[in-house]
Amino acid sequence: MPKITFKDHQGNSKTIDVDNGLSVMEGAIQKEIPGIDADCGGSMACATCHVYVSDEWINKISKPEDAEIDMIDMAYEPKKNSRLSCQIIVSDDLDGLEVTTPEKQT
Amino acid sequence: MKNTDVIIIGAGPVGLFAVHQLGIKGLKAVVIDNLDKAGGQCIELYPDKPIYDIPAVPECTGEQLTTRLLEQIKPFKTEFFLNERVDEVYKDKENWVVKTNKDKEFFAPNIIIAGGVGSFEPRKISLKEAEKFEGKSVFYAIKNKEQFKNKKISIFGGGDSALDWALELSKFSKITLIHRRNEFRGGQHTLSKIRKLEKEGKIFIKTPCQIESLENDKELKSITLKYDDGKTEKIHTDVILGFFGLIMKLGPIAEWGLNMDKKTIGVNPKNFETNKKGIFAVGDICSYPGKLKLILSGFHEVALASVECFKRARPNEKYKFEFTTSSKTIQDRLGKK
Repeated sequence: MPKITFKDHQGNSKTIDVDNGLSVMEGAIQKEIPGIDADCGGSMACATCHVYVSDEWINKISKPEDAEIDMIDMAYEPKKNSRLSCQIIVSDDLDGLEVTTPEKQT
Repeated sequence: MKNTDVIIIGAGPVGLFAVHQLGIKGLKAVVIDNLDKAGGQCIELYPDKPIYDIPAVPECTGEQLTTRLLEQIKPFKTEFFLNERVDEVYKDKENWVVKTNKDKEFFAPNIIIAGGVGSFEPRKISLKEAEKFEGKSVFYAIKNKEQFKNKKISIFGGGDSALDWALELSKFSKITLIHRRNEFRGGQHTLSKIRKLEKEGKIFIKTPCQIESLENDKELKSITLKYDDGKTEKIHTDVILGFFGLIMKLGPIAEWGLNMDKKTIGVNPKNFETNKKGIFAVGDICSYPGKLKLILSGFHEVALASVECFKRARPNEKYKFEFTTSSKTIQDRLGKK
């Protein structure tokens, strides 16, 4: 099962196993990772599952759709490596993925 | 103080259908919502997105669903209090009093909280210093555009609100439009007008950059922008307008003494009553074993909650289960002959 690491803005980190096919957001919610709110439940309507993807991984994961990029405009402190974790689908290729949660989501 | 049978908090699809389920049982309701229109997330987050799992409606958009629900509850002539947020809820013997941020008061034996993920509020600039200028030189909505005449205005955002206001205010003020990336997502027509004004030197566009700091003595003087390449630029500014869209905030609901679990309210799945007698929670905001955050689940939840509401609002009457197909009483309430 792929391992995903979540770091918070203070540098604390937690690594969890996420089933293939789930989104990074769903994995985080199942394992109660703090810092992922996911208010809209994954319908790409709220930008509260916002994460920063590490440089090493940002080009390895599939590119965001326009709608996701638009929604990231609404996120708290978006950066170049911002993604919505509900749109990153976990597969074996993503084993070892590292993302950082923002200071807050709203 | 306004008296009613049920105070519904939240005008999303589930709050609207609550009006129906109460209405056919002969109960009066009022609906309060912080947004300026009914529809909740359906209208605010995905008005154009098709929904495929409303029973017997193979496909409809968030906006269509809202329109149809409003049509369905028309016979009940329900009063809506929009642009109002419920701030306080307190008990008065067997009844509840609800107070809004506009100091309006409501009195009823029942409250149905159909609050979704909370109330929609504008997302704000993340700089701490921006807070103390809010309402003076930092704004997230425009009520009276006259106050922005002959000013140096920095507008943040990449969507329709930012573009429309840049265009409108450029008629009488100096506008700088600032966005974190080069692409704007507003209407093409507006965008081409803005690009034209930029060429004519009437609007300045700064991308891709974000606000780094603001400088002030007593009043706001300027802001410093930071570009993606690390360069910074100072812009003289009297007024900052931020249009970063809306976020959902649970807000005061958390302080009403309800059985909260993170951002949801625990309920009894028999009647969707919370730990407080006469306060019900339905739709996305409620939680119980097996809860699914679907509109159709919310419809089921209000049907059951409305029965309990009836028992509390009409303690001397016996609740009688009826079908809309055969009940003359219900058909009368719906205005059918």
